[in-house]
Amino acid sequence: MNFETVVFYVLSAILVLAGLRVITAKNPVHAALFLVLAFFTSAGLWLLMQAEFLAITLVLVYVGAVMVLFLFVVMMLDVNFEQLREGFWRNLPMAGTVALIMVGEMALILMSPEAKLGSYHAAAPLAADASNVKELGRQLYTTYLLPFELASVVLLVGMVAAIALTMRKRKDNKTVNPGLQVKVRRNDRVRIVKMDAEKPAKPETGDAAEQQA
Amino acid sequence: MIRNFLKTFLLVELVKGLVLTGKHMFARKITIQFPEEKTPISPRFRGLHAQRRYANGEERCIACKLCEAVCPALAITIESEQREDNTRRTTRYDIDLTKCIFCGFCEEACPVDAIVETHIFEYHGEKRGDLYYTKPMLLAIGDKYEAEIAANKAADAKYR
Amino acid sequence: MELLQNLLGLDAGLTVWTVLKIVAIVAPMMIAVAYLTLAERKVIGWIQLRIGPNRVGPAGLLQPLADGVKLLMKEIILPSASNKSLFLIGPVLSIMPALVAWAVVPFTDHLVLANVDASLLFVMAITSMGVYGVIVAGWASNSKYAFIGAMRSAAQIVSYEIAMGCALVGVLMVSSSLNLVAIVQQQAHGIAGGSLFSWNWLPLFPMFIVYLISGVAETNRAPFDVAEGESEIVAGFHVEYSGMAFAVFFLAEYANMILIAAMTSIMFLGGWLSPFPASWGFLGASGFGWLAAKMAFVLYCFLWFRATFPRYRYDQIMRLGWKVFIPVTLVWLIVLGAWMMSPLTLWH
Repeated sequence: MNFETVVFYVLSAILVLAGLRVITAKNPVHAALFLVLAFFTSAGLWLLMQAEFLAITLVLVYVGAVMVLFLFVVMMLDVNFEQLREGFWRNLPMAGTVALIMVGEMALILMSPEAKLGSYHAAAPLAADASNVKELGRQLYTTYLLPFELASVVLLVGMVAAIALTMRKRKDNKTVNPGLQVKVRRNDRVRIVKMDAEKPAKPETGDAAEQQA
Repeated sequence: MIRNFLKTFLLVELVKGLVLTGKHMFARKITIQFPEEKTPISPRFRGLHAQRRYANGEERCIACKLCEAVCPALAITIESEQREDNTRRTTRYDIDLTKCIFCGFCEEACPVDAIVETHIFEYHGEKRGDLYYTKPMLLAIGDKYEAEIAANKAADAKYR
Repeated sequence: MELLQNLLGLDAGLTVWTVLKIVAIVAPMMIAVAYLTLAERKVIGWIQLRIGPNRVGPAGLLQPLADGVKLLMKEIILPSASNKSLFLIGPVLSIMPALVAWAVVPFTDHLVLANVDASLLFVMAITSMGVYGVIVAGWASNSKYAFIGAMRSAAQIVSYEIAMGCALVGVLMVSSSLNLVAIVQQQAHGIAGGSLFSWNWLPLFPMFIVYLISGVAETNRAPFDVAEGESEIVAGFHVEYSGMAFAVFFLAEYANMILIAAMTSIMFLGGWLSPFPASWGFLGASGFGWLAAKMAFVLYCFLWFRATFPRYRYDQIMRLGWKVFIPVTLVWLIVLGAWMMSPLTLWH
């Protein structure tokens, strides 16, 4: 057993454990963090397969961005655990059936002679100076240009839809425009009025003195 | 419009701020290195309290309790008795410096200049009780710094 | 290395050699972090007409040591209602990425721990994990201030990462490589023949500014330090931490600053290249000294910004990231693309 095999088994063990904890953890935040761990270890597995670009992108996109937002939502939620676990036994038969069907389907595909799983071998190791990134770029922008562009258009549509769903003009919106704020000059806001420091004292007359007394 | 645009995007105002702070970095520093250097202290400075004596060694305080009455923080406690020579003297004169706010009212109120606030401000207590000053302690401070207290009083006398 | 391999066998020798190299990077890093804290206090002191710490050791040079000893001696308090395990993992998660990223940062043409093909992407991926330390710490503390701080900081880091990434795309375009060594080497030839003006900061000036400012925001430094805004939410995500647990967050923040400084120097300021022509002899030779000097300059800028600018309001931070930086970088990307395709191009 060489070093890479050891690493593979260690990473796989962690991955499977983390995956299990994702669905068994009682606390949703723990579950999300285990999912992060699962992503991270699977990135490690991809690194073993010399797919470093994909591995790093997995960490960058899923761990660095998607899961952060996910955690955001999960942490903000006020989850009532009792309520969550209430219907477990009632829903078990239904869920079990669905799970069984899925396992059966997978088994059907994987174990059928058509799949020829036995004939898949590890990819030949790349030359030391072969650039994974360059090859990926070449493939994406030549052979798979159309699917790639279509995928990005789909993502764009999703983005526009999300923004369109949440955007609404509020009448009582009081946000200010920093651009306008910056443009303000002193003269727009302040008017300096020249005034004498004091009113000149009135000449003292007899009447005024009497009234004051 | 274009001028504003340029002004915003070339970060003109931020650069101005940076230049100002950059200049200050090389300006003369005004820090006073405390234990070695000290700022001048006014004769009116209100620091640690002291009880004074007359030149013949008689304590000035006559237990009139004006200071106790005027003290806004209720930091002064006085008990008095008649001495053998039939003068009224304090048997107890305590100032709790943890209560004292150093307003100087006691000094103002005193008709015989007995209680004064000196210019001493570097003192400390290691326990809470250490800052509870009794009559002998106050008198000892007064004896030790009499010359300076008198000089400060004299310097300030013409403004009173 | 060969000595070790003879001594311990081929594999074990290589492992020990690599560990030694890691120590040789991390130990000076930690010292640099310690002295960056001192430099910060000194520089901000000078700018405010003070002299900064000068009591511990000659000119205050032992101050970081004293701070470290003080923090080590302090008790680590575990809030009773906190999530204990996550509370302790928080600081670890925050310092880990700050150190791991150094694995691929090159110091000269050959002096690099792992010359990975996609090293730039690696650094971005690893630094993007730093936010977990903040989030986990804020949530596990079970405190409202900590949680608000964590939320602010997480949202801020995620948003600025996009602006940062967009700025880096420009660098990738001109160097056509994800490898940090190649990015520096590309800057060695250009309009001014490898000196000051052929580095990326000049042709990519808007990107450079966006990257620098995003870097400040990314490390939660003033004026973008709303995550720990003392005046409103006490100290943000690490309110509940004390002693060494707090110190680890502190170390992570400064280690991240140094990392951002290194990345800025490598990608925009020509890395270890000398700003002078090669004929100047000693001054013209490229080497680690120049990279260190550039990093010191960028770090000084960080401190300078902190001493100069008042804190941003939170919504304006978000506006700056999303509505100003991203459009600016996108526009410049298009301009850059057109420039590279035009006959006026500087890059071949």
